[in-house]
Amino acid sequence: MSETIVYSAKKIITMNPSRPEATHVAVRDGRILGAGSLSELQTWGDVTLDNRFADKVLMPGFVEGHAHVMEGSLWRKVYCGWFDRADPDGKVWSGVKSVDAFVQRLQAAEAKLKDPAAAVSGWQLDPIYMGNTTVTRADLDRVSTTRPVGVLHASGHIMNVNTKALELAGMLKTGYNHPGIPLGTDGLPTGELKGPEVMTPVSPFVGFERNLLDADEVGLRNFAKLCVRTGTTTITDLASRMDEDTVEMMLRVTGEPQYPVRLMPFRFFIGLSARELVEAVATMKKRATDRLRLGQIKIVVDGSIQGFSARLRWPGYHNGAPNGLWYIAPEHLSELLHLALEAGLQVHTHTNGDQATQLVLEKLASALQAHPNPDHRFTLQHCQLADAAQFRLAAKLGMCVNLFANHHYYWGDEHYNLTVGPDRATRMNACRTALDSGLPMAIHSDAPITPLSPLFTAWAAVNRITVSGRVQGEEERIEVSEALYAITMGAAYTLHLDGEIGSIETGKKADFAVLEADPTACEPMELKDIPVWGTVQGGRIFPAAEL
Amino acid sequence: MGHGTGRPYFPGGRALKPVIPVAVIGGYLGAGKTTVVNHLLRNAAGRRIAILVNEFGDLPIDEDLIEAESEDIIAISGGCICCSFGSDLTAALIKLSELVPPPDHVVIEASGVAMPGTVALSISILPGFALAGVVVLADGERIQAQAEDDYIGDMILRQLSDADVIVHSKTDLQPNVGGVEAVESWLQATAPQARVVTTTQGRLPPDIILGLTGPNAKPQASPHADAGYETLTFRQIPPCVPGDLAQNLATGTYGVIRAKGFLRDSEGRSWVIQTVGRRFEIQLSQKLEPAGVVCIGRSGTLEAGALEALLGPAG
Repeated sequence: MSETIVYSAKKIITMNPSRPEATHVAVRDGRILGAGSLSELQTWGDVTLDNRFADKVLMPGFVEGHAHVMEGSLWRKVYCGWFDRADPDGKVWSGVKSVDAFVQRLQAAEAKLKDPAAAVSGWQLDPIYMGNTTVTRADLDRVSTTRPVGVLHASGHIMNVNTKALELAGMLKTGYNHPGIPLGTDGLPTGELKGPEVMTPVSPFVGFERNLLDADEVGLRNFAKLCVRTGTTTITDLASRMDEDTVEMMLRVTGEPQYPVRLMPFRFFIGLSARELVEAVATMKKRATDRLRLGQIKIVVDGSIQGFSARLRWPGYHNGAPNGLWYIAPEHLSELLHLALEAGLQVHTHTNGDQATQLVLEKLASALQAHPNPDHRFTLQHCQLADAAQFRLAAKLGMCVNLFANHHYYWGDEHYNLTVGPDRATRMNACRTALDSGLPMAIHSDAPITPLSPLFTAWAAVNRITVSGRVQGEEERIEVSEALYAITMGAAYTLHLDGEIGSIETGKKADFAVLEADPTACEPMELKDIPVWGTVQGGRIFPAAEL
Repeated sequence: MGHGTGRPYFPGGRALKPVIPVAVIGGYLGAGKTTVVNHLLRNAAGRRIAILVNEFGDLPIDEDLIEAESEDIIAISGGCICCSFGSDLTAALIKLSELVPPPDHVVIEASGVAMPGTVALSISILPGFALAGVVVLADGERIQAQAEDDYIGDMILRQLSDADVIVHSKTDLQPNVGGVEAVESWLQATAPQARVVTTTQGRLPPDIILGLTGPNAKPQASPHADAGYETLTFRQIPPCVPGDLAQNLATGTYGVIRAKGFLRDSEGRSWVIQTVGRRFEIQLSQKLEPAGVVCIGRSGTLEAGALEALLGPAG
């Protein structure tokens, strides 16, 4: 018979309502045999007692329902963000607070490069926080005049490059008349490139050669390290193009004995017709393993609110900007929902604006008439501007929601002042209303858009603080217990995994977040600061310090 | 790039190297983009056209035209190809420019929710390519209802406002001629910057979509495709102010959908002029060329008399 190990802990928060707390948990074959007292667990027969977690607090491994493997890939470039952020090796990079500071950071990276032609690449620059300073190629020429230099903004939609990069791309010339290519007084591009179509000709020269939506091997490994450091044992890649090479690489890497995370990639809807997409994903689903859960679809319906590309209902944008963009035609959306329901495949839809959310609700309602499924759990991702009526309808339709709690912290002020105005900014990511509507709810980071850290995400939903320090929408705050549920069982439910993970109870995977303190005993404002020791995933132990 | 009526959209001199003209075909789902593309391929008449589509979907190309098929490229009889670009049009265009030999024309079939003007802008920054115009298709039966739809109405109007030429399609399905005329005048009033043409089953002359080859090229007309359209060539044009004349051709009431050719200014210099819809571009020619302009328009609408008054005798 397999060995049974009983771990003692300072406290075990189980998320199992029939036994919410325990002192010991028994693990056999990577699964949980039971949680309770030592004497209760000893009734299983021969057990080995392991006290390594005696001074730790165990929770179910955290589940991140909306992130991108890209987070792992980006860390090979130089971090230029405004906020302090930990890299996969645990090093905390301080936020850069001025153009000089980020130029210096790039200079330091440049000095370490041996190949004279190698590019210097940075990411996560966010001039919004620097009083909307404009960065120019002159700034980046201070890093190098002989190497190409490029820095991707936090939005992912703007890039700054130096003169050499423009020259290599054949773009150092006059005559441009394009809103995405600002010109200097000399008539030449300033090096700020706005929009993917403007960035693409230069990207390969500054180290952003790959489609960032495609996972790469190093990125996948880095991503896993970040998961261990944040207590995350199951995570999504939302979304990936999933070509054959990528799928094979993901199967190989996640199948390695020491890969510490269960990954659930969603196939991006673009590039195939509705019918081909559903067929491809259904075929892929047959190749799923425990650690690579293939077989879901992600649809992007609209853009972003701060980019003014989200689709809003009346009265639209607060600053009068025209309504945003559709990324899928309503008929195409409808066809995909019908086919996915028919094939039994799960769909998660990105909607930011409330009009986009309304379209999904309407189209799903009629698709469900044709293909009834009481347990589809199609999930509204972001769904930031939904009102109470939409949450109620979503609940009635059997949907779930995954709200972008972190966004509220990072861009809440921007929404209050500029994009949607005080009223709607206050109800953005309305966790309280969603739960009160009976809607199954998760909360997310959308890493790399914001850092991966489920405890931070819980903190954001509990406190609703914005960067400027205001509480925005205090009526929409939720309890700590509800937020902890959202980052475990809540997210597991949206992924149809609530029978396997999300709580510490008999039969589930032995997935634990190992914490240095009790998140239910601290001040709600300290939730984000609870240190994470590491994880246990499928019974395998992963100390963050030994990554 | 200017999108306003009569504004030039490629200011200044461009590189001498021949550029590949790129036509953008836009319009909502069901507007007939695929039909137009297939008709174009059937009447390519030796032109090597590369069609770029968002996704292969439910087969964008009629089966009898296909010679070979792979994951992201379809080889079409007559040396044409069709490629899917997914979400990265710029990368697909860069790849096309590396083909040996490069295609003579590129046609982008934009997705039903794309803004054709945005697609056109992204072409304008790529070396080696030049925009040949934006053609937006409108389903005659449904376009007015679509324009009032709560979800897509504003997008439909923005698509129409991006057009150089609006192709009012599928008119054979419309119940009566009065209805066709009403839709046509609605389109013209809604998108005053564009020229509106009406067609059935995608029957458009390739020149309307791809651009004219100019007065000195061998004619590539295909009688079937060109039925209902007329081409006039003018070779006795007196010296003029090329910008003014091009603007006049583009914005005047001559019924000209496209024009292309060379003009001489009062100092004897040669200028390349091109108009599409109500826009024009002019550029100083590096070579001295005889004056000559070719114009295309719908038969019965192309005002030969008024054009002769402007450009001298046709023929």
